[in-house]
Amino acid sequence: MTTLLAVEDVLVRFGGIVALGGVSFSLAKGELLGLIGPNGAGKTTMLHTVIGVVKPTEGRILVADRDVTRLAPDARARLGVALTHQIVRPFRGLSVLDNVTLAAGFAKTTHLARAIVSVSRTAERARARELLALVGIADYADAAPGVLPLGALKRLEVARALAISPAVLLLDEPLAGLNSVEAARLAATLADLNASGITMILIEHNLAKVAEICPRLVVLDNGRKIADGPTAAVLADPQVIAAYMGQDTSGREPGREAAHAGG
Amino acid sequence: MIGAYEITLVAVVSINLMLALGLNLITGFCGQVSLGHAAFFGTGAYAAALAAGGLSLPVVLVLAGLVACALGLLVGVASLRVREDFLAITTMGVGFVFLGFVRKQGWLGAEMGLTDIPDHGLGDIGFVGLCLALVAAMAALSWHIKRSWMGFGFAAVADDERTARTLGINAAAYKLAAFVIGTFLAGVAGAVYAYFTRFIIPSAFGFTVSISILTMVIVGGVGSIWGVVAACVVLTLLPEFSRVINDYKLLLYGALIVLTMRFAPGGLAGLVRSLVARRSTGGAP
Repeated sequence: MTTLLAVEDVLVRFGGIVALGGVSFSLAKGELLGLIGPNGAGKTTMLHTVIGVVKPTEGRILVADRDVTRLAPDARARLGVALTHQIVRPFRGLSVLDNVTLAAGFAKTTHLARAIVSVSRTAERARARELLALVGIADYADAAPGVLPLGALKRLEVARALAISPAVLLLDEPLAGLNSVEAARLAATLADLNASGITMILIEHNLAKVAEICPRLVVLDNGRKIADGPTAAVLADPQVIAAYMGQDTSGREPGREAAHAGG
Repeated sequence: MIGAYEITLVAVVSINLMLALGLNLITGFCGQVSLGHAAFFGTGAYAAALAAGGLSLPVVLVLAGLVACALGLLVGVASLRVREDFLAITTMGVGFVFLGFVRKQGWLGAEMGLTDIPDHGLGDIGFVGLCLALVAAMAALSWHIKRSWMGFGFAAVADDERTARTLGINAAAYKLAAFVIGTFLAGVAGAVYAYFTRFIIPSAFGFTVSISILTMVIVGGVGSIWGVVAACVVLTLLPEFSRVINDYKLLLYGALIVLTMRFAPGGLAGLVRSLVARRSTGGAP
């Protein structure tokens, strides 16, 4: 198996706070990795470091054996790294279709000289419509993102990220905010996409869902990696259970879900 | 036929249109607020005044544009790390630096400015034709950019720069492109101004010019070409036709900015769009 993404000793410091304290893991082509951990563990920061929105204080990020640590997010996107945001960030001034069309036109927007002479959006629009249909929000194509319910906006994030034809897709809680039917559908779509060859990292709080679709997990706690391995083994790891149980989350009880899903 | 007064009107309106279309590219399309547009206008005017003696008119126009956009590129690079309100203040500073510099330079005529700029040699009709042709060309360029993938990229950068970058758009390059093209247009406008007045003084390129042009862009509706053109024509001609409005021009412009921002952030274009939408949905009360 070839390593598509490698994170090496990544340390991220925000002012005096250590968000990630030297995390390493690697991802083989075609993998679907679940990235879990209690709130504030550094999961989102980890994905932001991989896409390049956050620059690590120390450590390296490699995509297909190429050191991208110093590359800007747009350059990494062109290497095939795509991100969906936990807190949705649609372009509010563009229609739902145009949000995805813009991303689908990455080959045209990469070079300014090409961008200024290219006018036709036909092919990219068609691709965008396919992707909207794939995530199940084709009916919203011509709407403004402002009128969409959160569940649809989460799916727009996924469609837009897919539009840049990613090699590795970073999914920051794509299922949160969806009802159980929507979540099951999107989870199935993601599993299909993974089967079709897209490598993925998925942040998800619902451990039952994670256990269902991710064969491998990396667990972060307080900016450190505390577990990395096959899902069942990781969820049975006493250290992982302790990390979840030690956290005072009202109502959610992921520890129990973990135990349930793991057993 | 066409008298001196009409020629003045056409020239003044055309120059403002070129400035407004240029600023609309930077502020309207790409979302980068600039309060220093007059500096690029002035740079073009001074470049043209110095070059007009030895070079032909088309060469001078292009040269003035290039000199202005070289400065635009410089300011753009310096501004890449600042956003929104900080960018506005930085560009305002550039405007003052330009004035402060020009006022102390003997070779630029200092406070007295540059005089005896050669005649354009086109005749009155020719000059009016040149003005209108340049405005038409710049409007067409704006229209093309807006439809192109570059304009699409500008819209994304204006909307959410960080997200645009994660989708493969080099936001820095797009912002620089907007600055370069927009300031090139301002430089050409400066050259036309120099040929028109045949003498230039620093105060013609002051902060109030930057603000006036920004008013036209905001009132017209940032990003809307026809809205900006309409607002620019009306706001340029009103003070010409009414002495009272001319006396209170800055008051009027200031009030228009405040009212537009408060009640119709989309400007003229936004108002028309919502009227059309209301009519097409069957006239909600």
